[in-house]
Amino acid sequence: MLTNPGPQKPGFRLSMLINDSRYRSMTIQVVALMGFMLLIAWLINNTIQNLNALGKDVDFSFLGQPASYDINQRLIEYTSRSTHLRASVVGLLNTLLVATMGCVLATVIGVLVGVLRLSKNWLVARLMTVFVEMFRNVPVLLWIVFFMVILIETLPRPRDFRGEDATATMSLWDSVALTNRGIYVPEPLFSNGFGDLSIFGLFDVSLDLFALLAVLGIGIFIARKVRQRALAIQAATGTLPTTWYIRLSLIVVPPVALLTYLGFHLGYPELKGFNFSGGIHMRNSLIALWLALSFYTAAFIAEIVRAGITSVSKGQTEAAYSLGLRPGLTMSLVILPQALRVIIPPLISQFLNLTKNSSLAIAVGYMDVTGTLGGITLNQTGRELETILLLMLCYLFISLSVSAVLNWYNNRVKLVER
Amino acid sequence: MNSVSYVRTEMASVRPAPKMYVGLVAWARENLFGGWLNSVLTILSILAIAFFLVESVPWVFQSSWTATSLRGCREAIAATYGEGVSGACWAVIRERYLQLLYGFFPSDSYWRPNLTLILLFVALAPILFTRFPRKMLWFSAAYPFLGVWLLWGGSLWDIAVIPLGLAVGCAAFFAIARAFGSLPGIIGAVLITLLFWIFLAGPLAGILQGIIPFLHLESVESAKFGGFMLSTTIGVTGIACSLPIGILLALGRQSDLLIVKSICVGFIEFIRGVPLITLLFVASTLLNIFLPPGTNFDLILRVIIMVTLFASAYIAEVVRGGLASLPKGQYEAADALGLDYWKSMRLIILPQALKVSIPGIVSTFIGLFKDTTLVSIIGLLDPLGLSNAIRADGNWNGIVWELYVFVAVIFFVFCFAMSRYSMYLERKLETGHDR
Repeated sequence: MLTNPGPQKPGFRLSMLINDSRYRSMTIQVVALMGFMLLIAWLINNTIQNLNALGKDVDFSFLGQPASYDINQRLIEYTSRSTHLRASVVGLLNTLLVATMGCVLATVIGVLVGVLRLSKNWLVARLMTVFVEMFRNVPVLLWIVFFMVILIETLPRPRDFRGEDATATMSLWDSVALTNRGIYVPEPLFSNGFGDLSIFGLFDVSLDLFALLAVLGIGIFIARKVRQRALAIQAATGTLPTTWYIRLSLIVVPPVALLTYLGFHLGYPELKGFNFSGGIHMRNSLIALWLALSFYTAAFIAEIVRAGITSVSKGQTEAAYSLGLRPGLTMSLVILPQALRVIIPPLISQFLNLTKNSSLAIAVGYMDVTGTLGGITLNQTGRELETILLLMLCYLFISLSVSAVLNWYNNRVKLVER
Repeated sequence: MNSVSYVRTEMASVRPAPKMYVGLVAWARENLFGGWLNSVLTILSILAIAFFLVESVPWVFQSSWTATSLRGCREAIAATYGEGVSGACWAVIRERYLQLLYGFFPSDSYWRPNLTLILLFVALAPILFTRFPRKMLWFSAAYPFLGVWLLWGGSLWDIAVIPLGLAVGCAAFFAIARAFGSLPGIIGAVLITLLFWIFLAGPLAGILQGIIPFLHLESVESAKFGGFMLSTTIGVTGIACSLPIGILLALGRQSDLLIVKSICVGFIEFIRGVPLITLLFVASTLLNIFLPPGTNFDLILRVIIMVTLFASAYIAEVVRGGLASLPKGQYEAADALGLDYWKSMRLIILPQALKVSIPGIVSTFIGLFKDTTLVSIIGLLDPLGLSNAIRADGNWNGIVWELYVFVAVIFFVFCFAMSRYSMYLERKLETGHDR
């Protein structure tokens, strides 16, 4: 008679680390971790030896020393006596400035081109295809220097604006000067503004702008409440009260009143001597970088938008038409909400690409964080390890936070599946 | 018989359609002027095209091809087309196009990069098109070493011992694995390969060189590489080396092993989070610090290493997309057949996943090829760096458009062709997993 000996408790043998699938994954992981640690230790060891041989050490105190170089395009106060840290922050803000401007313009152009590529108009569709292929298939660095050359070579010199026989005139009712030294646009001025608020003595924030944004925000918030109430009334009684003029005035009137109170006026650029003064001076480097990045990224965004729109099946359009919606409403109520789900994820990575590509600013001399921290600061202090480490951390921080924010949005619009 | 009848005896001839609804007019009405918005767009487009043509066509064609300096160009154009005409000075391209293509590569050896490029297509053919005989894959495997020999020169044997070492390693693996099992096989094969490379390779190459001495090309140092040849070298090497690393990273990212997975995710996200230019800064200033003291190799090799790491992170994401696109049933079927992890990957998962990701790999390659222009920022002489160097020449000082247009056109032709090819592949490989 057979007896069931029952499950035997097998003793642990060393070979089970490899042959037993219960332990194998653990073994592999431990080996991988050890290998990884060894690699890191090897790299660090090499680094220490090399740094010792060069007589260097890892030291971040250079950030507190005076930078002693100028940055021509800056958002916060900076002089050549400021520290390297402040120069890096100025550079970082410049990166963020051109990245934000670029993302906005690239989205606008990209959506426009993507929609027009699907247009029934034969000529426009072909033209937009040419636009997309032209910008997509040439390196972005080439576009940046190309735009720089266009700005320098084709725009008039400031001295062409001078005298009786001026060959160039200012555009837009004498408010904008397009010159080969940059573009001068009017600046907003407040004759009795609130002044600036200094935050920790590090940088100044304009209280006027802050007040304006606050008033606008409150206005929009109340307008939304009014709209919600109107919809509630419609749900209860069946008639929608006319509220658009109330909402419009809620949004428009308070900021206008505030602007009048602050004594808002525009400071126009004026020709003084051989150059313009007054107004906001946008340097060629900024404009060239901005336009090149925007057009280059717009070509990719256009393809994404086109793919997104074509991904919505034709039946959706036909269903919307059969409900009696006009083409415009069909687009905004039926097609776009569905297309957005397809469009947003690749759009995120295009925005990140644009931000990373903005590091090419160094080619046209725009002082972004690569130009200050990874450029002049690196060369002046000779601290490659520290500066490049900080530079990478800056970009990693931007990339990871942008993708976190946009992923959050992406999750919000995601299709809730059954 | 009465000839008068009340019914037609023959059919009325078909009247032509109204002129508005046939031919060019109808097409224009349909496609160009349907509605006021379309009409406005059409007119704007025509204006834009006309503006562009008026500005560019005279500049392109009222040009000089023969002058030897910018001043000579301007004089020649003024003499031919009259004072005040500004035309392109294509003479700079005629004089320097070889430099823009090959950099400072010795001019009597131009056949070497040319041959390398042609052989590249031969090596790629069996990989990209299944029609070619499978035996050609051996050539594809040998091509990287052949290409290195053709470009950098030196003795073929110095390079041939490297694949020889790999072959010895493989033989050792099969021999040991049969006797002792696969793990000792791997360890033994790696050890034997390394020992072969360190101790045997040098003397063996010397002996072979002594026996068959004529397989020797003039050595060309990397500093002489430049122009589109440099871009292509960096791009192709970067993609070829990053493909296996990228596949491993993608597998690591998809794996259940937590530590392996987090190392891979960390690497991929780090590389994708920083711009290529910072990695190139690492190549130009830092890489020597990370390596054992005394290591020093030339900048192009360092750039290729960093570009490879950069591309491998992007390839990994592309391959991961391919892996994720496979239905779960494929993984389960592989498990059900009793295949172990590597066998199921090699035989079932990867062939399908890689097929899906080929278009993505091609577009990564296009991106990498375009990004090779960035090396001009760290001082290498790629087409963009060379065009700056040419502008610094006294004869051509002040020339800008012609060089940039030339470089842009060549990049456009390459990238456009590749993107069309990838679209063709996308259609061809569309077998689909729609259930």
